[in-house]
Amino acid sequence: MDLFKQPLKVINVGLLSFHEELVAQGVDSLHVRWKPPAEVAQAARETMRRYREKIDEANARALEIILAGKPVLTGLSVAREVIPGMHDKRILHSGPPITWERMCGPTRGAVMGALVYEGLADTPEEAGQLAASGQVDFAPCHQHASVGPMAGIISASMPVFVVENESSGHKAYCTLNEGLGKVLRYGAYDTAVIQRLRWMEKTLYPVLRESVQNLGKLDLAGLIAQALHMGDEVHNRNRAATSLLYRALAPHIVEVAPSRQEAREVLDFINGNDHFFLNLSMPAAKCCLDAARDIPGSSLVVAMARNGTDFGLQLSGTGNAWFSCPAPVPDALFFPGFSKEDANPDIGDSAITETVGLGGFAIAAAPAIVQFVGGKAGDALQYTLDMYEISAGEHKVYQIPQLDFRGSPVGIDVRKVVEKNITPFIDTGVAHKKPGVGQVGAGVLSAPMEVFQKAFEGLAEHLPGD
Amino acid sequence: MVIRGEIRKGAYHDSVTLMIVSGKLNELEGVEEASVVMATGENRSILEAAGLWTGELDDASETDLVISLRAASEEVARKALEQVGELLGQVSKKQSVHGGPVARSLEQAVEKLRGARLALISVAGRHAAAEARRALDAGLHVMLFSDNVSLEDERGLKELALSKGLFMMGPDCGTAIINGVPLAFANRVARGPVGVVAASGTGLQEVCCLLDRHGTGISQAIGTGGRDIKEAVGGIMFMEGIRALARDEDTTCIVLISKPPDLPVLKKVSQCVRDAGKPVVALFIGGDPGLLSDAGAWAASDLEEAALLAHTIVRGEAMEGAGELMLERQKKVRSLARQIRQKGGWTSATPRDQDKAAQDVHGRSRKFLRALYSGGTLCHEAQWILRKMSVRAFSNTPLEGNARLEDPRKSKEHSLVDMGDDLFTSGRPHPMMDFRLRNERMLQEAADPETAILLFDLVLGYGAHPSPLDELLPLIGRLQREVPEVLLICPVTGTEGDPQDRNKVVRGLEQAGVVVMPSNASAALLAGQLIMTPTS
Repeated sequence: MDLFKQPLKVINVGLLSFHEELVAQGVDSLHVRWKPPAEVAQAARETMRRYREKIDEANARALEIILAGKPVLTGLSVAREVIPGMHDKRILHSGPPITWERMCGPTRGAVMGALVYEGLADTPEEAGQLAASGQVDFAPCHQHASVGPMAGIISASMPVFVVENESSGHKAYCTLNEGLGKVLRYGAYDTAVIQRLRWMEKTLYPVLRESVQNLGKLDLAGLIAQALHMGDEVHNRNRAATSLLYRALAPHIVEVAPSRQEAREVLDFINGNDHFFLNLSMPAAKCCLDAARDIPGSSLVVAMARNGTDFGLQLSGTGNAWFSCPAPVPDALFFPGFSKEDANPDIGDSAITETVGLGGFAIAAAPAIVQFVGGKAGDALQYTLDMYEISAGEHKVYQIPQLDFRGSPVGIDVRKVVEKNITPFIDTGVAHKKPGVGQVGAGVLSAPMEVFQKAFEGLAEHLPGD
Repeated sequence: MVIRGEIRKGAYHDSVTLMIVSGKLNELEGVEEASVVMATGENRSILEAAGLWTGELDDASETDLVISLRAASEEVARKALEQVGELLGQVSKKQSVHGGPVARSLEQAVEKLRGARLALISVAGRHAAAEARRALDAGLHVMLFSDNVSLEDERGLKELALSKGLFMMGPDCGTAIINGVPLAFANRVARGPVGVVAASGTGLQEVCCLLDRHGTGISQAIGTGGRDIKEAVGGIMFMEGIRALARDEDTTCIVLISKPPDLPVLKKVSQCVRDAGKPVVALFIGGDPGLLSDAGAWAASDLEEAALLAHTIVRGEAMEGAGELMLERQKKVRSLARQIRQKGGWTSATPRDQDKAAQDVHGRSRKFLRALYSGGTLCHEAQWILRKMSVRAFSNTPLEGNARLEDPRKSKEHSLVDMGDDLFTSGRPHPMMDFRLRNERMLQEAADPETAILLFDLVLGYGAHPSPLDELLPLIGRLQREVPEVLLICPVTGTEGDPQDRNKVVRGLEQAGVVVMPSNASAALLAGQLIMTPTS
């Protein structure tokens, strides 16, 4: 028996004291920080076990599609012209479906701002009345091939990036990032916010649209892969990616801008906002994940999104169903003068980056922002390692230098989340819970288990009976 | 008096960690009773029974941590609850990512620890089989400490292991020594030529320690879990252990320890013994010692004899030597019994106490043996030895022919109680780790005017209480003061290499007036001699 011939190395699962006593004796022992599996209905567990191989096959297909994704920026347009089902009375928001009555403060603020911006209301008060009147058609971005950070509000006149997955033809849309502080996506709606949106529509949008036309198209997967090597995880840190985008666009901006003044303004705007690229990393993720939807039996997550009230989840194998539960309040570093008391529950479609193996899943690649996760690079490394535990595979293009260029963990398998009792680790910004205030901090959170338990049971119901 | 409860959603800590933290909370000034547990159904009923389950805890699910306490005031309760986080932090700090490598799952651990060969698994029973299967799938040998695993799962796991050429020790395998490394509850013994296969935890420990004391070392000691020798499991691991030791060139003699196997299993084991090609010593506690004599095995009648036979075999000495040593043991025990009786009392008490003791003994009011065991096999062995001396005793785990205690919490006539039984361990640590329950029971027994002898085992080694004298000496002092007429007998299983150092522990106990016996068998024999012989 080979056990007798080699030095004993032990993996300890359970009582920590056994591990400590082995270590005290000089034995090579590694302790597993074990947790019991999350609770799910016994019947669901049995169904999922019975269909294990079928689910494995479905997941392999879904993963292959995700990994084959080739997101490219093909142009810019206006929401009403390109977003499927968009019309003048429709407002898209982040997260799962929600009514005005249940919307959180920041989302309401952003809706009011958008209605004023669209000229549908003259004042925020009037906008609020309109929104409550039932005459505004609210829908999740995710159901309209779109994604939006934080409140994620998209109205008909807003300019959007058009990103296409070249291998599947799926398109995804996202507005242009307004910058930090008091901005619409964090629920601010004062005059300055509206004026910025108008400037973006009048100046930024035409210059960028022509610049991208000039450029032809921009390979986003390649740009993100480079940014990961430069310290971004393209969710809470987009500094490298924004710089790379700036380098790609700057000559064209100079060429197409109607005046030096406008070229200068556009360049300064991009340069002054480290998060400008977020609104490209999100649709880049979205169009790859949308391609992997509707694979019968697949337990992979295709969307994680929050609307500031609920945390929602969609699986490849359960069609358009949303599984949701109350959104938690993130652990965060707050701007001076603010605290957790001020924080709104988690909000935004940006967890689409985690869903494709970026953001919190790739936090090991972003040592500059480890103060969000305890301040040590080792902590960030461990978070990424933990995400491999719940992922179906590793990305071929997105690599983590700190892990010897191992592919980032991708394809969240709801079965693994439940079995190992580990939920996705998400980077996030924090909005003030009152409308009109804006961003108050940034941080991280673990997705709530409840939504995965529901999705697990939901998929079991979707599987054919015996 | 207030009762307060708090839920920590999704927090998880292992049971030993939680017991340590509960213990620390209980020590706080003004805290009457405190409990920090995972909110499993079982723990919930324990808290309910203790009146500690409050409405505040109703929302807890099985994967949540709950804290519940009864305290003198709201203020005390609040402070105690605040401390929990810190206490858990202190204990689990060692588990954090800063304190050296840890893994989040078995698969991650396999990646991180190159060349890992064995998984030691001690998670709660209902999760144990799944975890063991993952370990086997990852190509690891498994020692499964957890109990409450179904027979079907046990058999399935063992068949899977067999098909992969892996060991599946357990479920309910409390001890093993592999390549000289004591695992879970085990002792530090010298390495040597004797290999052990045991379906009995403390039996394995006792034999290894006795061999070590004789100067004979252990090559490998393989635990199988107590049910392996049942027909439903088929002796899969017991036989695999014998075959592995038969192949192992460092093993020259094999010792087998178990209760009598089911007949079909015995037949297969018998064939394994024949095929072993090495001398085999077999001990079946509570069964016919000659069960494997046809297969050429040396029959032992108790754990000490098993050790002596193996020792004699590997020394290459004449086997009559073992018989002589056994006779010598018999003589020593008799003469010790005589000495104790001649002293006129049961203890090395002062003259004044002696008179009192003598009176009681002559009056025959104190006439019963009360044995409180932490080792289940040791409790069985003692019952077996006493039965052979025609002493019928009551027990909560009665040997065939003995009577079952109606209420395991209350002794009757001669009683031998296994305090490691589920009834006593549900929701609290094993009595080898935590003496509190047994200490209370010892006081209870001593207060019974019919108790003549209190026998209690002490098992040392890894996993066991790190400083047993701290717990025992104050209790023994109190017993000596209050009931000096009750004789205290203690067999100590352990070695001088153990973290507690057996020599030190034995000295401490003897100085306190306890009769320390070299083996459990001789302790049982001594008790038997004393209760059988008229004391007048």
